[in-house]
Amino acid sequence: MTVDMITNPTTSNQLRKLIEARSGQKMLACYQCGKCTAGCRAAYAMDLAPRQIMRSIQIGLEDEVLTCNSYWVCLQCQVCSARCPREIDIAKVMESLRQLAIAEKSKPPEKEVAVFNRIFLKMIKRYGRVYEAGLAAFYNLFSKHFFANLSLVPSMLFKRKLSILPVKVKGAKKIARIFDRVKEIENEKVSG
Amino acid sequence: MAELVYSYYPGCALHSSSKEYDISTRLVCEALGIELRELEGWICCGASSAHTTSDLLGLALPAQTLKIAEESDLPLVVPCAMCFSRLKFTIAGLKDNATRNDINKALDEELGQEIEVESLLKVLDGKTISIPVTKPLTGLKVACYYGCLLVRPLEVTSLDDIENPTMMDGLVQNLGAESIDWDFKTECCGAGLPIARPDMVLDLSYQILSQAKSLGADCVAVACPMCHSNLDMQQKKMKSEDGQRLNLPILYFTQLIGLALGLSAKELALRKHFINPLPMLRDKGLA
Repeated sequence: MTVDMITNPTTSNQLRKLIEARSGQKMLACYQCGKCTAGCRAAYAMDLAPRQIMRSIQIGLEDEVLTCNSYWVCLQCQVCSARCPREIDIAKVMESLRQLAIAEKSKPPEKEVAVFNRIFLKMIKRYGRVYEAGLAAFYNLFSKHFFANLSLVPSMLFKRKLSILPVKVKGAKKIARIFDRVKEIENEKVSG
Repeated sequence: MAELVYSYYPGCALHSSSKEYDISTRLVCEALGIELRELEGWICCGASSAHTTSDLLGLALPAQTLKIAEESDLPLVVPCAMCFSRLKFTIAGLKDNATRNDINKALDEELGQEIEVESLLKVLDGKTISIPVTKPLTGLKVACYYGCLLVRPLEVTSLDDIENPTMMDGLVQNLGAESIDWDFKTECCGAGLPIARPDMVLDLSYQILSQAKSLGADCVAVACPMCHSNLDMQQKKMKSEDGQRLNLPILYFTQLIGLALGLSAKELALRKHFINPLPMLRDKGLA
């Protein structure tokens, strides 16, 4: 009996189809052995552990998946994918879920992770490289955690581990163009 | 004239919070007759923020650095595990025609498929080049910590066993140190979450360090700036059950090589660590 046959035919398989298309992974191949979750270091902090994510997508529990924090705290450490006996790249599924949430501008349950990522990418787009003092400062501003991470600053300064001013890489304009081109190519695909 | 010449991609961390990795890498390579030529105009690999936002962005950013490396016509050596992983994922992507077309379009360039990228650990593991040890690290017990991205996925990095890698262990043994057998070699330290979810980083890193400590390790050796900053910079915020601080020094493997080559603690920037390794090293007559 396949998983398809035991799922409720009235439930939606739209999310499963979307994730399969994005990740290239066969969601129905999962037979729920739980090896992914057993090895997952972030599972304890997830609303749905990796095995539950797989099952929820199989049986169309779309709201549960779309509102959970799991793919925001996933560390992309690749243990789940390396150990899956069905050779499903589960980390890729997690990545696809996050990409989808970002593309759809849905409200992330882990606001801090989303803010951090957004600022990180803005820095690269602008300077070509990550400049850590700015990253932390903008993070504190946009996450409204104004005093986060300040305890490390004095030691980092004394150990000359923190550059206060950004260094713009030569040809930074080209980097901004890469970001724009990536958006264009992706939009073409969605509309084409 | 150096025997081996590589293009060098330090990555963002080695230019700021992990300067000691850059400093020790350059010194050790020079001592071993390896010439490193830093790529001009390299950019950030995008780390996990880029690829978890968009597949193509996660490939296009490393591809820009690969393009510069391709023009240098030298193999590229990468010290950071995250940069290494992203470059290797991109090389894997370039083998697929549709993906390569998208990458080329995003860059407005034509990339070849045969760009050689090597992790610094592989270049210095003692098999590519012999290490003339003058000051063996006798009596030093090292927990070799590989982290995630050097070893996983195997088909992308092709570096070592994914569950029990041994290349760093072999290296430190060659330097005269003892490597401990432990469970956390490839267990994630919390990766890029120290700012957004510091609680998770402290939990995960503490588990790693407490096992190393309980098995009698004098220090942990790492090959990744992100692992280093989680285990070292965040360590003073970790509490053990009995309220004791771990006080476990975290060293880059390049610094261990440097010590065995007779380079000084100052040259190797050992004081840049938050957990000062010098008292332990002096106790053992190694610094």
